[in-house]
Amino acid sequence: MGATISRLADKPNLWPWLLLTPLALYLAVFFAVPLFDVAVMSFTEPSLSFANYERVLTGKLYQQVFMNTFMTAGLVTLSCLLVGYPLAYLMNHVTRRTAMLILLLVTMSFWTSFLVRTYAWMVLLGNNGPVVAFLAAIGVDPAPQLLFTRFSSTLAMVHILAPYMIMNIYTVMQKIDPVLIRSAESLGARGWSLFRHVYLPLTAPGIANGCVLVFVICIGFYVTPVLLGSPREQMVAGLIGTQIEEFLAFGMGSAMAIILLVITLAILAVYHRRFGLDKLWG
Amino acid sequence: MNSYLEIKNITKRFGDFTALHEVSLAVEKGEFVTFLGPSGSGKTTTLMIIAGFEKATSGDVLVQGQSLSGLAPYQRNIGIVFQNYALFPHKTAADNVYFPLQMRGYGRGEGLEKAAEMLDLVGLKGFGDRYPKELSGGQQQRVALARALVFEPSLLLLDEPLGALDKNLREQMQIEIKRIQRRLGVTTVFVTHDQSEAMSMSDRIVVFEQGRIQQAASPLDVYHRPKTRFVAGFVGESNLIPARITDAAAGKADSPVLGNCEVKANGAADGQDVTLLIRPEHIRLSREPVDGRKNARMQVDTIVNYGDNALVMGRVGDLNMRARVLGRDVIILEEGDECCISWLPESVFVIEQ
Repeated sequence: MGATISRLADKPNLWPWLLLTPLALYLAVFFAVPLFDVAVMSFTEPSLSFANYERVLTGKLYQQVFMNTFMTAGLVTLSCLLVGYPLAYLMNHVTRRTAMLILLLVTMSFWTSFLVRTYAWMVLLGNNGPVVAFLAAIGVDPAPQLLFTRFSSTLAMVHILAPYMIMNIYTVMQKIDPVLIRSAESLGARGWSLFRHVYLPLTAPGIANGCVLVFVICIGFYVTPVLLGSPREQMVAGLIGTQIEEFLAFGMGSAMAIILLVITLAILAVYHRRFGLDKLWG
Repeated sequence: MNSYLEIKNITKRFGDFTALHEVSLAVEKGEFVTFLGPSGSGKTTTLMIIAGFEKATSGDVLVQGQSLSGLAPYQRNIGIVFQNYALFPHKTAADNVYFPLQMRGYGRGEGLEKAAEMLDLVGLKGFGDRYPKELSGGQQQRVALARALVFEPSLLLLDEPLGALDKNLREQMQIEIKRIQRRLGVTTVFVTHDQSEAMSMSDRIVVFEQGRIQQAASPLDVYHRPKTRFVAGFVGESNLIPARITDAAAGKADSPVLGNCEVKANGAADGQDVTLLIRPEHIRLSREPVDGRKNARMQVDTIVNYGDNALVMGRVGDLNMRARVLGRDVIILEEGDECCISWLPESVFVIEQ
């Protein structure tokens, strides 16, 4: 008995790691190897050089697409925050039943495939859709172009990504000790000053989490901007798709993908240093 | 002349449950009053009604003759220290203390200066830049106290603030709180379920039970002259002995177990059923009966020796009795022995209810 215990204590126990093997193998074969392949291609296609990176980093068009991507992601993140924060606040200040109902609606949209949601927006915003009909009915005729604009792709991405923001902020709000709010009231705080000096700072971790998640997912978003967005205002993921599908420029596509990956990792690294990545999923 | 703080006939119902029955109390300016009672006795509810976080079903609270009923918590100008301090984790100690001043329109320079003075007063000079999580429990407690006092509140309310501290620190903080309270002269209501805390800190103890005030009196009065059996049992250790007054004028009572006892009747009438209170430290142990004292034979069941003192528990007839004696006096005894216990007639206090 004693011997068994000391043996267990001396040798590192490898069994738990064994449980990870299937997942590790899967990730290696279907994620790490292809990713490595992409990284290699970015330097070797069509010939071994940094030419792809040079073109991406110095080309006006590419710079513009990256700028456009960040601007769109920033706009989407901000919109998600403006939509999500009040909703999360509401969920924390209504009865439990109502809160659950709102949560159900939020998660229901979350569980619906974003392809489906994207097509739903196409129907809603299309030329024969209800929004155009409504605008016509109130006298806005001809209705402005809604579909295939930055507006439509941003709107759809906000819809798709808002649940990440809402859930993150909602969780943090739920954990706020109500005694802190009472305490602030007893010290003379109310309304806006209470919100600005106490409530908002206490929810800051949720805001940071939500914004990082939404931003990071958004800069790599492919389907929605491609299907709903303006072809003149492409985002990086769309451009990568075009490079590979239409021009068979694997090297250029790979270089852009790697740059996008590095940027994403950099954002997450900064976040990790400030807050800790383990907190990102609540 | 009105008292500084007046609680008038406060009743609080939660659905069918009545948490407070017609509670009334008057507190003088500068007084340190402790609400003492078991959990669910109504002490915290009363505190929350004073603070404005609970609304009384009926009754009123007045400070300096002004009703607080219509005022929200943020309008009441009352400093509160909560059980877990409730410091703002995103603010430094100095900013926490500055917060109530900020809410009152103080500029940052002047406000932080006052905050630093207050931190100095509570013994935290130089700790202003620390965040709450970088402070120990006792230090957080001091910050909370400074924050509740810095805006010169009309009342200071303390809601079991020492519960989370270990014993040594708790005693130290008791002395500290008392010192600061005296220095500032702020009228204070302290809520606790710890009777020794109540005894050591208060000018007056208000004992709550089942939503009613059982007694409001000085600590020594509550200890030596409890009004009810509950108070006698809750504050300090006690031997409670059922008896009947036989001759009030001559100070005689009859107990089924102890027989005839000399007592001070304290206004109880002949033939009235009462409870006799004898504090364990008033009981002496001996081998043989002692002259001039009431004697009884006790079967010793348990001896707990704390070193300096010892608790001896046993039975007299079917009555459980306990004696607290000096540690050295107990070495002659063993569990299972029979011994003599005795007390002076003036150690017996008659409780009418």
